Amino acid sequence: MANHTIAETITIPYLEEKGLLSWLTSTDHKRISIMYLLSISTFFVLAGISALLLRFELLMPGKTIVDAHTYNVLFTFHGAVMVFLFIVPGLAASFGNFLIPLMIGARDVAFPRLNLMSYWIYLLGALIILISLSKPADTGWTFYTPYSIRTGTDVILLTFGIFVLGFSSILTGLNFIVTIHKLRAPGMTWHRLPLFIWASYATAILQVLATPVIAISLLLLIAERVFGIGFFDPAKGGDPILFQHFFWFYSHPAVYIMIIPAMGVISEVIPVFSRKPIFGYKAIAYSSLAIALISFFVWAHHMFVSGMSEVAATIFSFLTFLVAIPTAIKVFNWTATLYKGSIDLKSPMLYALSFIFLFTIGGLTGVFLGALAADVHLHDTYFVVAHMHYVMIGGTIMGFFAALHFWYPKMTGKMFNEKVAKIAWAFVFIGFNVTFFPQFILGTQGMPRRYADYPPQFHSLNELSSIGSWILGIGMFVMAINLLRGLFNGEKAPQNPFNSLSLEWQVPSPPPHENFEEIPHVTDWTYGYGKKSA
Amino acid sequence: MDTKAHADETINHITPYRIYVLVWVTLMVLTVISVGVSYFHFGIFNIVVALAVASVKASLVALYFMHLKYEDKITWVFALYPLGLLALLIGLSISDVFFRAVVSP
Ligand code: HEM
Ligand SMILES: [Cu+2]
Repeated sequence: MANHTIAETITIPYLEEKGLLSWLTSTDHKRISIMYLLSISTFFVLAGISALLLRFELLMPGKTIVDAHTYNVLFTFHGAVMVFLFIVPGLAASFGNFLIPLMIGARDVAFPRLNLMSYWIYLLGALIILISLSKPADTGWTFYTPYSIRTGTDVILLTFGIFVLGFSSILTGLNFIVTIHKLRAPGMTWHRLPLFIWASYATAILQVLATPVIAISLLLLIAERVFGIGFFDPAKGGDPILFQHFFWFYSHPAVYIMIIPAMGVISEVIPVFSRKPIFGYKAIAYSSLAIALISFFVWAHHMFVSGMSEVAATIFSFLTFLVAIPTAIKVFNWTATLYKGSIDLKSPMLYALSFIFLFTIGGLTGVFLGALAADVHLHDTYFVVAHMHYVMIGGTIMGFFAALHFWYPKMTGKMFNEKVAKIAWAFVFIGFNVTFFPQFILGTQGMPRRYADYPPQFHSLNELSSIGSWILGIGMFVMAINLLRGLFNGEKAPQNPFNSLSLEWQVPSPPPHENFEEIPHVTDWTYGYGKKSA
Repeated sequence: MDTKAHADETINHITPYRIYVLVWVTLMVLTVISVGVSYFHFGIFNIVVALAVASVKASLVALYFMHLKYEDKITWVFALYPLGLLALLIGLSISDVFFRAVVSP
């Protein structure tokens, strides 16, 4: 960059400069976003392959390809990597980084160097987790004591890697909070902010306030393993359920760290492709904050049959129902936005509509699980597995794919093949449902999760589920090829291909280094669709 | 959100050395107290006293050394919210630990 004048630097597209080092040392929020995007996608592929192996083992009763221990290792790797290296950093670190400054009319985040440091910390955490694979853990991603204290596998390195990742998450959250408070363009009042910003803000609060608790729990676990301190060992006066309390005090809010940014994406995509102002702007905005608050009150719904007191179980079951309210508020408002809209089923919209449909199934089955009497039977069965995948794939990942297709022209300056994108979507949608819907039925029939084998009566539904995983895999493969091909062969993207009113579309594709030649003056909210020229 | 004048005021507030020294002396005195108290036995109140002294010390550090006293409202909200969460974590965990069914061995 040294040989350009400042004025030139401002107008050079951010992708222009080549070379690995120029990327790894860049404090441009857009470059950092792309690095996150590539990193999390790599881990998504790795964890996805391990999932295909898991499903292959479950194709038939008896041993198919791996023994029981390897199976345990595979699902631990799958869960831990998907959660901590893909979906938690996920949309916030990738699209949040790219979009927050652009959407609020700023040149970068508040602390650009801290932002780069967060990315390096992420890499460090990822590296530690990869090193732990020399003796891979077999505890599941939840690390419950007492097994995580006793197993001979390398729990310490894995949890330490997650501990390190936590700092990346906290610092990113902090950066976003300050950015949104301090760097909004003139006229960009709180109630004119795009809803993706509200979602990112709520997520950032959760990242800053919840993550320290998992850091502490993992540290206690490591201390117990290394020094034999009895935090969780009853023989030494500890309490094994205490670990679950700590773990879920973070990990329930964490499921909202995963989903809220995706909800923000949906709030952006739906109005653009229905050409209508978003319905219930304030309700959607404040329900994000409500979720960020209420999600701290429900953690023990994961522990109903852990031996926790019945008093606590009853209280938490009641509180869990509350969290469904802000979630439902959003779903109703998106549906109302669609009503009588001029709907254009482009690929981002297809993924957004899939989100609404699948996330509703996932959310409602969450309410079944939150009901104490039902959960006593459903806990630790495939019903829970189906629930979490309906919210995390059907919700977060559909939102992630919607974002990928929607902002792809802006990020890359290229267009992908829309027809292929739709075909890929069809495979993903069908494959997903064929994989996971049978698991609801298997769960109600009593098939437990986390076993490498099952009795013959569960065969046909498992077979169906495994076949579904192949369809899903093919769909994602086609999608990836299509997006990669677009980079090289795609047409040049116009500045605003989808005719959006949001600020990020009012700068060139790809945006220049400093985003805006002049900081814009905002005079209206971003959802004035269906009027005037829009 | 905050007006320019107000922002400048919060950034530029200068605490006199006298206050810093005073707070430091208080912290030292409190340290002596918590060590001294450990020689007496108040039963369950041992922990209450220890935590009370520690809380006062932490508050002094936050208020003066970390400048919380001179910050605007939003900073206070962010500083106090985690305390609420801590209370929540402890409070709701109590609904488990203190109410478990008694199992005879
Ligand atoms: C309406 C909102 C929701 C409710 C009421 C709800 C309720 C529940 C309950 C009660 C369980 C525990 C079931 C058991 O183990 O017996 C559970 C598990 C789970 N939920 Fe949800 N949930 C909701 C939304 C979400 C969202 C949005 C996500 C993530 C994006 C999510 C991710 C998970 C995961 C990962 C598990 C399984 C954790 C494990 O044991 O490995 N849930 N949910
Ligand atoms: Cu939960």
